Amino acid sequence: MKEIKGKVFLFGDDINTDDIVPHQYLNLRDDNEITKHTLENIRPNFAEFVREGDVIVAGKNFGSGSSREEAVNVLKTLGIKAVIAESFARIYFRNLVNLGILAIKLKKAKEQFSEGDNIIITLDNGEIINQTKDIRIPIEKIPDFLLKILESGGILNKIKKSK
Amino acid sequence: MNLLTENSGKTIAEKILSDHSSNKSVSPGEFIEADIDLVMVHEQLGGRIHKEYEKLGLDKVWDTEKIFFILDHWVPAPSIEAAKMHQDCRKFAKKYKFKHDLGMDKGICHQVLTELGFAKPGMLIVGSDSHTTTYGALNCFSTGIGATDVSVVFATGKLWFMIPETQKFFLEGQLREKIMSKDLILQIIGDISTGGAEYKSIEFHGDGAKSLSIDSRMTVSNMVVEAGAKSGIFIPDNNLVEWLKGRSISNYKLTMPDDNAAYTEEFNYNLSKIVPVVAKPSSPDNVVPVSELPEIKIDQAFLGSCTNGRLEDLRQAAQILKNKKIYRDVRLIVIPASKEIYLNAIKEGLIEIFLNSNAIVGNPTCGPCFGGHLGVLGPDEVCISTTNRNFIGRMGDVSSKIYLASPTTTAASALKGKIVDPREV
Ligand code: SF4
Repeated sequence: MKEIKGKVFLFGDDINTDDIVPHQYLNLRDDNEITKHTLENIRPNFAEFVREGDVIVAGKNFGSGSSREEAVNVLKTLGIKAVIAESFARIYFRNLVNLGILAIKLKKAKEQFSEGDNIIITLDNGEIINQTKDIRIPIEKIPDFLLKILESGGILNKIKKSK
Repeated sequence: MNLLTENSGKTIAEKILSDHSSNKSVSPGEFIEADIDLVMVHEQLGGRIHKEYEKLGLDKVWDTEKIFFILDHWVPAPSIEAAKMHQDCRKFAKKYKFKHDLGMDKGICHQVLTELGFAKPGMLIVGSDSHTTTYGALNCFSTGIGATDVSVVFATGKLWFMIPETQKFFLEGQLREKIMSKDLILQIIGDISTGGAEYKSIEFHGDGAKSLSIDSRMTVSNMVVEAGAKSGIFIPDNNLVEWLKGRSISNYKLTMPDDNAAYTEEFNYNLSKIVPVVAKPSSPDNVVPVSELPEIKIDQAFLGSCTNGRLEDLRQAAQILKNKKIYRDVRLIVIPASKEIYLNAIKEGLIEIFLNSNAIVGNPTCGPCFGGHLGVLGPDEVCISTTNRNFIGRMGDVSSKIYLASPTTTAASALKGKIVDPREV
């Protein structure tokens, strides 16, 4: 995986899948239409501000709630490349990995970033560089098993390659 | 991460997962690839699943008999968009020759799947719904997955898993009158918080667990995911065997944990000490005893869902509502979780009791649970609900508020127009 470079969007604890994609948009069936409503109940107009490469930083239990993969796919559609959180809800974590978005578990994540910080994530060096704050934050090694899925650009690509 | 020593035994989750993989000596933190016994899909099939699967360009699924497909969330379709989604679902099920296309008249996925004997002890089941954990009540390892995972199972019949650590919940004593297993699981979630069992499997042990009916156990296993758990599995016992016999379900494998299995944490609960509780807005772990609430007026009460729409729930609520009328400013919506339950409730006279109390009885569907239809909340409205999630806007407008409660507390509150202890009515 190459390095990820972007701006931070900061969120609190327990951001759930109803927050990320409110239920009334689940039957829209068009990814771009659903994506417009990303996180709108708690951060109006979020989708308009995101740029390719940006990163979400959040507190504990990010992505709790339903198994709706729309809640990961909207981030992918917006171009978000990584989510850094103090902890993840299980299904959400799987869905991130499966869709090829880097999920980084980091203690005290919320305290080490501010909204809009410019950061670079390099897996080769195992660190996040917060350029705005001028600090380097070491991250845990991603298990090889998961790294292979990420490097394929998601698990379906991995299956396609092996077929 | 790896807590197991060479000699420690295995928990139920570890046993079922290793039984389904080539790696027979699994320990927590390890990744395995496991063979899936059954995959459940609902409307998600017409959401992301069909699009993702088509990308693989395969002309068949791995096993047409191991897919359980049902429509339950928007039933019958309340909008053109939902109807289109249903069309996509049906088209896909036909194209790939699903053997078990259950249609939309049977009820909510988790209830129907267990009623019809698709879930059996010892099975490894996944589903496109986070409350797939429900079948832990039947001693299955079952858990929710996303659309891409479903596509992977459709293509290969296998899925990756990280072996979870296991928490042991030892239950003793018995629930007192009008207190339900919903109060127990809400209390547990309140105590350990929404992340308290994150990525872990929970096992329920003890005489208290044995004293719970299978209906009651399903409520508990259903909601373990609200604490972040991957599964919530009950020790198999006579109650379960009798329940299976009653439904002519055979060919299963009861799975017990080893005596020396390693648990990351142990918790003890005395069921006789559990009191009626609610989870206040907007998190299932925001739990307080009903007795400690200030006066909270309600606009709507909902009795139903995969958490508490079973016969036992309807019976207990009906007992409270019998020969009484609900408070004039309250809407009570009752939705049996399945057609089987609906029919039994008619036979037992429960539906008549609900209708006579001025409740509205709907057809089996998820409906209001996720704000889909049949009782969506307006601005600032307050609802007491037997469902499992009270997130912001879950049942309607973002300013509406949801209190999660047991069927008895919900019924009693509908009578009084405010949240009350069911023992007081
Ligand atoms: S009843 Fe509610 S929680 Fe259960 S499957 Fe339906 S929407 Fe999900």
